[in-house]
Amino acid sequence: MSDDAKATIPPDSAAEMSRRNFFIKMGVGSVAVAALGTAAFSYQYLSPNVLYEPSPIVDAGKPDHYPPDSVTLDPVTAIYVVRTAEGFFALSAICTHLGCMTAYKPELGIIACPCHGSKFKTDGVKIEGPAPRPLPWLRMWLSDDGNLMVDRSSAVAIKQLVRV
Amino acid sequence: MANALNHLVEQVRENRVWRSIFRSGTGESNLHRALFVQQNVFLHLFSVKARKRTLEFSATWYLGALTFGTFLILVITGILLMLYYHPSVPQAYADMKDLQFVVSSGVFLRNLHRWSAHAMVFLVFAHMFKVFYRGAYRPPREFNWVIGVVLLLVTLLLSYTGYLLPWDQLAYWAVTVGSNIASAVPVMGSKIRFLMLGGTAVNANALLRFYVLHCVILPFAAVLFIAVHFWRIRKDGGIYAGEPATEVKSE
Repeated sequence: MSDDAKATIPPDSAAEMSRRNFFIKMGVGSVAVAALGTAAFSYQYLSPNVLYEPSPIVDAGKPDHYPPDSVTLDPVTAIYVVRTAEGFFALSAICTHLGCMTAYKPELGIIACPCHGSKFKTDGVKIEGPAPRPLPWLRMWLSDDGNLMVDRSSAVAIKQLVRV
Repeated sequence: MANALNHLVEQVRENRVWRSIFRSGTGESNLHRALFVQQNVFLHLFSVKARKRTLEFSATWYLGALTFGTFLILVITGILLMLYYHPSVPQAYADMKDLQFVVSSGVFLRNLHRWSAHAMVFLVFAHMFKVFYRGAYRPPREFNWVIGVVLLLVTLLLSYTGYLLPWDQLAYWAVTVGSNIASAVPVMGSKIRFLMLGGTAVNANALLRFYVLHCVILPFAAVLFIAVHFWRIRKDGGIYAGEPATEVKSE
């Protein structure tokens, strides 16, 4: 009997969606929306909003602590404070290759990376690879009480010395 | 004496409790043996019968089984190490040193865990070479090769995440370098590194994330894929026994 009923449906209604198809599409669609929501939720949950990491701004102390023509590495903050005859500048000690901490070699007068052998001059210019870029200069200024301050998060393009 | 023992064993096996657990019952027939394997949740991953040739040392060098053996050692020693290890920044290194110098048998368990980890990576590669050069990866076993590659990646990730946990200089710089390699991925590289470390540097969040990956997520993935890997051996017609001998017909 039901077969007869189906047979009498006019052929143009084939373009219309059947009830079953409608519910399948609704089901698949809602699962897809839920999956997208879950992906967005997971991504947000896994990205921390507050980081309990050390401040990028470092107090490097009084300028007198640094002897003239010296390169001083602070291994805790990973910055070099370089004092030349003209003034001070701060250099990142993080190798631009894969992020190891470089070291100053006073006997050679260069900065070298222990991980993969990159070498830099004391003004950050690359001598040899695999590092792709020179060591960046970091923003440095004098605080009101006369301390050298360094912002590790901001590299400066124009090389300016801090004169004391 | 031996008779009495046999009788006792027989009585236990006929016992109602025993029979409720092992339904196949007593008997030495092939059917009983096959049922025993088939009706056990762990053994049913394997074939009820194997070709004698596939059990010989030369067929596989037992490399897959040995890999699984190291995995079992790693799970057991790993759980025991977890009882003394806190995944927090000042504590992790001290706990590792305590395991070496203070905890009874701590140095044995830690070294067993470390050496088994090295052995597992070696054995996974050896197993893959053996499978490759014997041609055991070919159809119908091609999908099991793919699962094997997933297991290789899980093994390497387990090795890498475990490397950070001692929280010494070697661990710290290895993960610094590794996470910077991950950030070389085009477009979303730095985002991947941020999610991986839970921050911008290898720090407390990174240690905790690597710990959870190493102790929960990756072992769970490994067990899942190992189960499928073993079950596929059965489904793909047992361990590869070599090409069937072809008769050479002379004129």
